[in-house]
Amino acid sequence: MNDVTPIRTKVENTLLSRFPQIKAALPGDASIRHLRDDAFASFEQSGLPHRRIEAWHYTDLRSLLRDAPELAVVPPSHVIQRAAEHASPLDPVPATRLVMVNGFYDANISTFGLPAGVTVKDMHSALGQSEPLVASHLGAATTTPDPLIALNTAFMNGGVIVTVAPHTKLDLPLELRFITETVDAIATTPRVLVIVGEGADVTLLESHQGPDGVAYQTNAVVEIFGAAQSRIEHLRLSAGGNYAVDLSTLAVNLQQEAVFHSLNCVTTPGLARHQVFATLQGEGIAFDVDGVSLLSGTQHVDTTLAIDHASPGCTSRELFKTVLDAQSTGVFQGRIMVKQIAQQTDGKMMSQAVLLSDEARMNNKPELEIFADDVVCGHGATCGALDDDLLFYLMARGLPRLEAEALMLAAFVGEAFEKIHHDGVREVFEAIAGTWLKSRSTPTKQA
Amino acid sequence: MLEIRNLHVSIEDKKILNGLTLTVHDGEVAAIMGPNGSGKSTLSYVIAGKPDYEVLDGEILLDGQNVLELEAHERAAAGLFLAFQYPLEIPGVATMSFLKAAMNAQRKIRGEEEMATADFMKAVRAAADGLGIPQDMLRRGLNVGFSGGEKKRMEILQMALLAPNFCILDETDSGLDIDALKVVSEGVNALRDPKRAFLVITHYQRLLNYIVPDTVHVMAHGQVVKSGGKELALELEATGYADYKTLAA
Ligand SMILES: Nc1ncnc2c1ncn2[C@@H]1O[C@H](COP(=O)(O)OP(=O)(O)OP(=O)(O)O)[C@@H](O)[C@H]1O
Ligand SMILES: [Mg+2]
Repeated sequence: MNDVTPIRTKVENTLLSRFPQIKAALPGDASIRHLRDDAFASFEQSGLPHRRIEAWHYTDLRSLLRDAPELAVVPPSHVIQRAAEHASPLDPVPATRLVMVNGFYDANISTFGLPAGVTVKDMHSALGQSEPLVASHLGAATTTPDPLIALNTAFMNGGVIVTVAPHTKLDLPLELRFITETVDAIATTPRVLVIVGEGADVTLLESHQGPDGVAYQTNAVVEIFGAAQSRIEHLRLSAGGNYAVDLSTLAVNLQQEAVFHSLNCVTTPGLARHQVFATLQGEGIAFDVDGVSLLSGTQHVDTTLAIDHASPGCTSRELFKTVLDAQSTGVFQGRIMVKQIAQQTDGKMMSQAVLLSDEARMNNKPELEIFADDVVCGHGATCGALDDDLLFYLMARGLPRLEAEALMLAAFVGEAFEKIHHDGVREVFEAIAGTWLKSRSTPTKQA
Repeated sequence: MLEIRNLHVSIEDKKILNGLTLTVHDGEVAAIMGPNGSGKSTLSYVIAGKPDYEVLDGEILLDGQNVLELEAHERAAAGLFLAFQYPLEIPGVATMSFLKAAMNAQRKIRGEEEMATADFMKAVRAAADGLGIPQDMLRRGLNVGFSGGEKKRMEILQMALLAPNFCILDETDSGLDIDALKVVSEGVNALRDPKRAFLVITHYQRLLNYIVPDTVHVMAHGQVVKSGGKELALELEATGYADYKTLAA
């Protein structure tokens, strides 16, 4: 047989030869270079994750990634200007906006003037300036070894470091707005640290947008540190181009009595994986992570959670809603780990999917790993078509099928949106879902 | 006018309606009675356009139009209304927004303008008051957690708002207490009109004391086996269905 399985894919080979070529040009002092080398070495050993690795069984990145586009560089001013002209569904929400173009923070198109108690540093320069926050926090939000984090760490070049002083209550949300502005495919690898002080209260928005028809790739890592009694709401909108690859890791480390809520809303990117690695390190934390994915065409969208209950008396709630049309594929993998010391843990995880087409696929894999005895934990997963009898009831009152479906689907995803505390953002997300549902009735659909 | 001619219907290869023929004229209230399983609900679903049924033969004409060619929502817009024997609960869909969506959807199909929100609210409030439906029920999910009787009232509320010209009431009386039966019957009677017809399916003659029918039809084995005036209902109450079960061909 001359048909030999290649040990490395084209993408892997490109990445492997790229790192030694460009590493000298990547920002960072000796310690950062060391970090990059270590991260790259682990990638070198494992390669791209594939279906035989359990955590990647349903999202075989090795076969799904066709190219390794050029790493983005600091964009010239005309590119930044063009990026600044794009509208975002979040525009109606008053916010302090920190804008990243192709992964690089640009202060000029960001909100001028920061609220009291907030500092923002450009990650690109921080990496090269022995920034103490990098030394103390970068890579510290999770200990989970992960190929996306490793690749990000090897190639990270942009992003921001945000700190919120203890007891600061922000009136307006802070928005991390990621705009990809390019005609050729590029790879962006922003790294973000958000360090929230004790008792501070923050709404953090994270939005991703970019051109249709360009196979650009984002591999973003956002690390959030919530000190004791902090309250953090993180609302993410993944609305990149229809050919975009949106790889995202949210690593969260929380201290006692922190209250955390995150919701990820995915609409347009062709391929997406959103990973949440959370460590509930202090007692009495309330941790909620939710998601809504509205999929059509041949989209493949994966949500993978690992929630580590490492302290007693914490609550975690996960509610994921996936609507799948056409030939789309959804993946939900959720793991709740309860360490032996984490008594009185209360964890509930639910993933629900509605299939609107015979060709759509949903893969649900919720898991519990419990080493404590005094806990209340549960998980559930459902997957099915809309109820025909309910649809008939609505249609018998005069609603055309698509409208009847839209009403039911809006209610279905609405259950997750209802958990959003910030009214303005909830309305934006509901409107996005409304537009998506309406677009189903028009014959022109994206690829 | 609704004309059903020689209707044969099956579901999952089980024959339910066997050559049913029935005409209901404008302004008429026709009652259908018949033993459990004789096909009354099936008939109402087939008229309303539930997709699971296979119509093997026959036709259903509403004012001369073949409704079998229409989808359920088009039949509704054409003026058909079915008050369900078992109204369904739809969590997360607020009753108010559902009512508005339904009214406007029908108007749109008929090429009419959307109803102004203020007019809509006024109409809903008036109809709800008439049926003893408290306003806060309208803010809840459609039928979610409603009692059996509340669900039936909600069906009549929808009927009043949508102002159909052919109304099918499938056992609207079951599950209603005596007072509710009066309220609902009054609601129905208020809608009686020379241009509006009703098909009232019931097991109990008592409903027909409140909603007095013009004609009564006995259904057995998927056919109308006997028709008569309102006195037929009284007769059935006395004799039961034993004689009729053998009548079907
Ligand atoms: N989906 C189905 N599959 C098979 N048989 C069915 C189905 N739906 C109804 N039937 C059968 O069709 C027959 C007629 O049912 P239908 O509900 O129309 O009776 P009905 O006259 O309304 O009875 P009731 O007075 O109890 O309401 C019954 O024997 C029932 O079991
Ligand atoms: Mg019945």
